[in-house]
Amino acid sequence: MLNLDVKNSPFDQEQTEQLNRLLLTMDERQKIWLSGYLAAVQTSPSLAAKNHQGEEKAVSSRQVTLLYGSHTGNCQALAEEYGAKLKEKGMVANVLDMDEYKPKNLKNEQDLLILTSTHGDGDPPDNALSFYEFLFSKRAPKLDGTKYSVLALGDSSYEFFCQTGKEIDERLNELGAERIHPRVDCDLDYEEDAESWWNGVLHTLGDTHEQVSPTVEKVTSVTDRPIYSKKNPFQAEVLENINLSGRGSNKETRHLELDLEGANLAYEPGDSLGIYPKNEDTLVDELVEEMGWDPDLSVIVNKDGEVRALREALTSHYEITALTIPLLEKLATLTENKEFKQLVTSRDKMNAYVYGRDLLDVVRDYGPWKAGAEAFVSSLRKIPARLYSIASSLKANPDEVHLTIGTVRYDSNGRKRTGVCSGQCAERTEVGDQLSVFVQKNNNFKLPEDPSIPIIMIGAGTGVAPYRSFLEEREESERQGRSWLFFGEQHFVTDFLYQVEWQRWLKDGVLTKMDVAFSRDTSEKVYVQHRLLENQKEFYQWLASGAYVYVCGDEKYMAKDVHNTILEIIKEEGNYTGEEAEEYLKELRKAKRYQRDVY
Amino acid sequence: MAENKTIRPEGPPDDMERIKEESRFLRGTLVDSFEDRISASIPADDTKLLKFHGSYMQDDRDLRNERRKQKLEPAYQFMVRVRLPGGVATPDQWLTMDTLADDYGNGTIKLTTRQTFQLHGILKWNMKNSIQAMDEALLDSIAACGDVNRNVMANVNPDQSPYHAEVYQFAKQISEHLLPKTRAYHEIWLDEEKVIDGKEEEEPIYGSHYLPRKFKIGVAVPPSNDVDVFSQDLGFIAVEEEGRLIGFNVVVGGGMGMTHGDETTYPQLGRVIGFCPKEKGKEVAEKILTIQRDYGNRSNRKNARFKYTVDRLGVEWICEELNRRTGWELEEAKPYHFDHNGDRYGWLKGEDGDWHHTFFIQNGRIKDEDTYLLKEGMRKIAELGLGEFRLTPNQNVTLSKIKDENKPEIEAVIEEYGLSDGKQNSALRRNSMACVAMPTCGLAMAESERYLPSLIDQIEEVLDEVGLRNEEIIIRMSGCPNGCSRPALGEIGFIGKAPGKYNLYLGAGFAGDRLNKLYRENISEREILQELKPLLVHYAKQREDHERFGDFVIRKGYIRPVTSGQDFHS
Repeated sequence: MLNLDVKNSPFDQEQTEQLNRLLLTMDERQKIWLSGYLAAVQTSPSLAAKNHQGEEKAVSSRQVTLLYGSHTGNCQALAEEYGAKLKEKGMVANVLDMDEYKPKNLKNEQDLLILTSTHGDGDPPDNALSFYEFLFSKRAPKLDGTKYSVLALGDSSYEFFCQTGKEIDERLNELGAERIHPRVDCDLDYEEDAESWWNGVLHTLGDTHEQVSPTVEKVTSVTDRPIYSKKNPFQAEVLENINLSGRGSNKETRHLELDLEGANLAYEPGDSLGIYPKNEDTLVDELVEEMGWDPDLSVIVNKDGEVRALREALTSHYEITALTIPLLEKLATLTENKEFKQLVTSRDKMNAYVYGRDLLDVVRDYGPWKAGAEAFVSSLRKIPARLYSIASSLKANPDEVHLTIGTVRYDSNGRKRTGVCSGQCAERTEVGDQLSVFVQKNNNFKLPEDPSIPIIMIGAGTGVAPYRSFLEEREESERQGRSWLFFGEQHFVTDFLYQVEWQRWLKDGVLTKMDVAFSRDTSEKVYVQHRLLENQKEFYQWLASGAYVYVCGDEKYMAKDVHNTILEIIKEEGNYTGEEAEEYLKELRKAKRYQRDVY
Repeated sequence: MAENKTIRPEGPPDDMERIKEESRFLRGTLVDSFEDRISASIPADDTKLLKFHGSYMQDDRDLRNERRKQKLEPAYQFMVRVRLPGGVATPDQWLTMDTLADDYGNGTIKLTTRQTFQLHGILKWNMKNSIQAMDEALLDSIAACGDVNRNVMANVNPDQSPYHAEVYQFAKQISEHLLPKTRAYHEIWLDEEKVIDGKEEEEPIYGSHYLPRKFKIGVAVPPSNDVDVFSQDLGFIAVEEEGRLIGFNVVVGGGMGMTHGDETTYPQLGRVIGFCPKEKGKEVAEKILTIQRDYGNRSNRKNARFKYTVDRLGVEWICEELNRRTGWELEEAKPYHFDHNGDRYGWLKGEDGDWHHTFFIQNGRIKDEDTYLLKEGMRKIAELGLGEFRLTPNQNVTLSKIKDENKPEIEAVIEEYGLSDGKQNSALRRNSMACVAMPTCGLAMAESERYLPSLIDQIEEVLDEVGLRNEEIIIRMSGCPNGCSRPALGEIGFIGKAPGKYNLYLGAGFAGDRLNKLYRENISEREILQELKPLLVHYAKQREDHERFGDFVIRKGYIRPVTSGQDFHS
């Protein structure tokens, strides 16, 4: 074995001698263990954080714990940002994924900040489930000494807007914790509201915390490179835009390749790319015409008071294709229309109305409007970015990012409608055009750090996108564990997304096994969960041998059915009761061995 | 006789011989390959074995490039060809094919130039269902393709009813007799239990390597040469005495296929080597087939057809070898006369008083179009359950054995759907034939079925100008030189060279008794019309009474007659 000396290592003379002495006494097993240990200490955020915590405890009397429940990564990004800001101020901050957090520590918390999104039909995001269940169980402790505040993220077009945040907020209060700042419920355009929550929280915390001088850490966070982010998206050029769906398909699925050169945007398989879309010109024009507005009128587009021409504001800054209950309520003040006033008295009626309608429908249905363009526009929500699971690996495609986008098209209330972003990508984006993009981290959908660990990937439709990035990534790494892909779509001939690539990976051994389910090729519909069941013995063997399981795609049907099927398999193959199987799967999830990216 | 321009077998056996040898009598890995769900294709070796089961793997070539860009594999699909000796099908069988075309195929049926049904566009996972449905209708596709005896053709012969029945039975008998004996087809497609008891399977006639190449048999009944008896590896010309079949003149060594640019390959006409009594026909067929089995070229598949074996070893040698193998001698050939190879359209009354109606099916494609619901109309006729369907060698259909009293029912459907008997078409169109070619045939170099009708539209303008609309001229087009539409027997023949480019051949005999010859090479539509127009004008003015176009161009010196395939290129 190579002897360490000062020249071939970063150690000084004394360290080198000590290490060499130690290395001589170590057997092979010990060396392997040590290398793994050191690597883990280096890369694991929780271990690294603990070290900091230990050091800093000395200078601060209280510590702040920031827990995030995050599906798309927004809450995580905010929690990390706020944690860093606290540290800059010399406070002790502990930022944790709710799944990583031991709920039993809850009773010891002094300052607790909860940042959580709400998922689907008012459900907690996957990584918040355990925490949420604990909090609402009988085991939840009294929290008399805890101060807290909640930031809730959501989408007001859903009926149960910010539900999880609301529930946790109430529950903490119920358990005796002291709310030090009111909860803020943020819509898709959350940035400004979140910032005001944070400023309020910081103000209150500042009163109770000792201020210490900033540590050196602050310096390392400064960088010369341009930083593109959600607030400052990168203009990425479109390199390729093709329809993956074969002729005769019921669907259109676009494959986009974007140029990231000069963006310094690093992403990992499992992350998402956000795109700020533009509304369709014709829709904007129709709206402007319907209202008799002047398209060149200057209107304010953000709280900083920036001004744009109305037409541009409606195209790039405001959402006009989705309706929310708060929007209807605001708009109701701008018209004398009795029917509309009647409508907004009933949540049920509003819920029924917003479905499949947009702003143009409202202005046509409920005029005449007494407000001018400015007042009208200020009621609108900012156009939210759309997130798409990244379909490529940066290692395999340096300076590129690939996306798989299903075009949303439907007829509703007498008009043909298209998804804002998917429609833009399908109909109004050509090679050479630019899109405003940013990378959205998603630590809840990541390959195992050890590439030799087997993975099972389950996806339907565009849900297969991250698996393309997984396999591209694994193809680039030297050690490759086994991998098994389950893919479902409607028709084999037209909808087998990236077919030739999977075939090549199968041939080359990058992909070990693939099972497909095409629901509309046979008289009896076959879905991915049926393929899981057909292979249940082997599936369980993979699980037992440590495989990670990933599920990506439609939540309502696919993910739910797959979840239940996996439970069924665990029950049958492992001889467990239903409860034990649930426990088994819960443990898998906590160990990051069951990760979902569903929408 | 023209001696041995053909090449001798030399070199190691073609890879196909290995595939056959290792196939365990045509099983290969077909079962596994058809269970694989990741690709709609099957591995190359299996595609070759699949032919013996009557199916070709193909893909929609129109979509190839588009799908490549979409990261999709080619639109793989399967063609299934039925074994239908003599082209005879019951109305129920017609309905089965009609339904399968809709359920699993591309919604159309192709009637082939060898008198059978072909379905295109069947997906891998529907193959078993398709073949099982065929089986329920007592249809199979065994040996419809592959290095075996293919579908046995027989004259449709609408008017000589008792005679036809006997010829048809003979064709069927040969087909059964020369069928591979392996149970592979039944195991793979019909779920028959595997042979397990150590009892070695045998192919008593073929052996484990089957034939060096495909083998084709046809039975003609003079004066009609609709089966193009001289284009067959082995032909039988029925000989009658007082209206009864007594036996056959035996024809050996015909075949259409060749390879562009390879003059050791050529179309050839079969030669009559003698007469055998009808009881001995089956034996002759078997022995001739075994001669080809033993002496055919297994090293070079382009020179493996029986015609090359015959030309290499000589007709006399073949005759002697046949006599050796049978232990008796062929008699001297009986006189015969053919006067046409086309179909006779419309209603005809047979000798026994039954009616026969021949429909004109352009290029054999049964499909529904906006203004012409041919498929639906034919289905309606089949639903009446009357008579039988006879698929003709010219890709048409004859509805046979219709009683006087049932004729009006048929006529009502014909009228309702406007089903064509070709009478409103030019005689040129009625005598036209095209192979499938694009987009499904993997061999096609140019369009054929999809193009010939529009080319004929333009030739018809010339015909109308010069008054030849009702003059029967045989026109045939193939997308490649393998010659499925028997283009070397067209008075006007086209063989595809590249997209939009064809070789033009002239001078074949009207009764399928003389090959044509290359007139112009690699020409486009504009040039085709430029070349044909003066010839047709000339023919209209200067033809003699009953002189055929193929004969005229020879008499006028436009082209030299071909007396043997070996002179085809010279």
